[in-house]
Amino acid sequence: MSSKINYSKPTDNEIILGILNNSSSTLLYLYKAYFPMIYQLIINNNGNEDDAKDIYQEGIIILHDKIKSGDFELTSKLKTFLYSVCRRLWLKKLNHKSRFNANINDYEDHFAVEPDLANHEEKDQQFLMMDKALLQLGEPCKTIIEDFYIHNKSMQDISEKFGYTNADNAKTQKYKCLQRLKKLFFSKEKI
Amino acid sequence: MKSEIELIKEIEAYLFQEMDAQQSSAFENERKQNSSFDQKVSEHLNFLQSLKSYGDKKELKAAMDTIHDDIDLDAIRAEYQEKPSKVVSLWKKSKRSLAVAASIAVLVTLSTLFFTGQFDGENHVSNYSELKRDMETIKRSQKALIRNINNATNQPQDISQFGGTGFALSSNGYLVTNYHVVKDADSIYVQNGKGESFKAETIYIDPTYDIAVLQIIDPLFKNLSPLPYTFKKSNAELGEDVYTIGYPKDDIVYGKGYLSSSTGFGGDSTAYQVSIPVNPGNSGGPLMDNRGNVIGIVSGKQTLADGAAFAVKSDFVLKSIDNIPQDSLKQKININKKNTLAGLNRTAQIRKMQDYIFIVKVYN
Repeated sequence: MSSKINYSKPTDNEIILGILNNSSSTLLYLYKAYFPMIYQLIINNNGNEDDAKDIYQEGIIILHDKIKSGDFELTSKLKTFLYSVCRRLWLKKLNHKSRFNANINDYEDHFAVEPDLANHEEKDQQFLMMDKALLQLGEPCKTIIEDFYIHNKSMQDISEKFGYTNADNAKTQKYKCLQRLKKLFFSKEKI
Repeated sequence: MKSEIELIKEIEAYLFQEMDAQQSSAFENERKQNSSFDQKVSEHLNFLQSLKSYGDKKELKAAMDTIHDDIDLDAIRAEYQEKPSKVVSLWKKSKRSLAVAASIAVLVTLSTLFFTGQFDGENHVSNYSELKRDMETIKRSQKALIRNINNATNQPQDISQFGGTGFALSSNGYLVTNYHVVKDADSIYVQNGKGESFKAETIYIDPTYDIAVLQIIDPLFKNLSPLPYTFKKSNAELGEDVYTIGYPKDDIVYGKGYLSSSTGFGGDSTAYQVSIPVNPGNSGGPLMDNRGNVIGIVSGKQTLADGAAFAVKSDFVLKSIDNIPQDSLKQKININKKNTLAGLNRTAQIRKMQDYIFIVKVYN
């Protein structure tokens, strides 16, 4: 199936299916297909190429999360959804810089996406907090946690990699690391 | 109570199905029965969830960055960057000639203004006139008259050059007036309604608010009876009836008006604008409200507008008084807090106040 996607233009439904299955070729197609659209929007509304990249990637992440969360119903074209989300994100950034007020040259249809963004902002916050907490955690804890909880490596592999005498020792170490990370993460949340 | 680390161990054992059937049903039971335990478990699960989505997002970002590096940006640039519009290219072409035209226009404007006398400072600087009385002008017109009286009564000749009004701050001889009244003074005398004159000296000035505090240092001066009026700390309301008593001539003059704006000349927030007839000599007089509170000090008026006089707000007066270093004073300034004018009608108020309002005569 994935080899087909590379050659024929996939439909929106195929893209959604691909994202649900973590298909890298779908991501490649999706990313390349709509980047120029967002590039045009940002560049011609006081943004630079880095802005275009940041906003577009944030938009894709929002789309990605929405599809993964399972409550995505295709009420519009994916293209329109992406455009609307990126447009909203960019407007927000512009207002933040207060360079000019809620005025944007449009190139595509769009609709209101505020509810999708509200959720995203919270997630983004958590992402940043986790990033900071992991950084403060330091090595080897950071790698142990990432290997186990994110890359789903077995305790056996991890204890070998770090030279623990047995998996139980590594496990105890992992618990200690996790406890510290939790502490760091929640202490940040209060600020 | 279990320690945090034991709790984590237990949750993970359950999560990764390392418990036997009995243990896991005990775990589930405890979640049902113990709500604080249940809360801790869900908190931990949420935390693991955010850790997981953190990892996912990081992976996604890395994947996108790889894709992004592969994109042919030059092609997109060429296609989507808008060409500068006609206006912009026209502007770029004719920038130089436009600049020359603009500078000529500015030059012409400036020279026109210069030749028509718009830059004569006095024309518009003196929009605001301070209301101290220049005695010279009046003296000249009335010279003959004064000379006659002088010969008859043998009073010391009045040679003061400027005059204003001042009023008592406390019963022990402190007065307040405008700074511009006593500016550059060699000596200052204050004179009450009965014609008694006392030597006074400036003990504090505050040029920013146009306030000066004087003290009567004359040995003949006896303390006044307690002051009938108080100083209002809050701002007065727009449209409030106000009056002032002052010495634009040698006898006391009453003027009545209303508060017309809560800011003074040029939007000065330390002053009120008042619609009230005032004349040179009124400077330093109290601006009173209906209940006999001092709400300001009359300080000036706008020369080119009708009925726009200005008064420094009373809370700035109080602020200045607070700024006086107390240990430099011979006697304490006790600001009166008891108002005995509140219930009286206007004429009775004025009668009671007269003794506390002075002509300030300045010699230099």
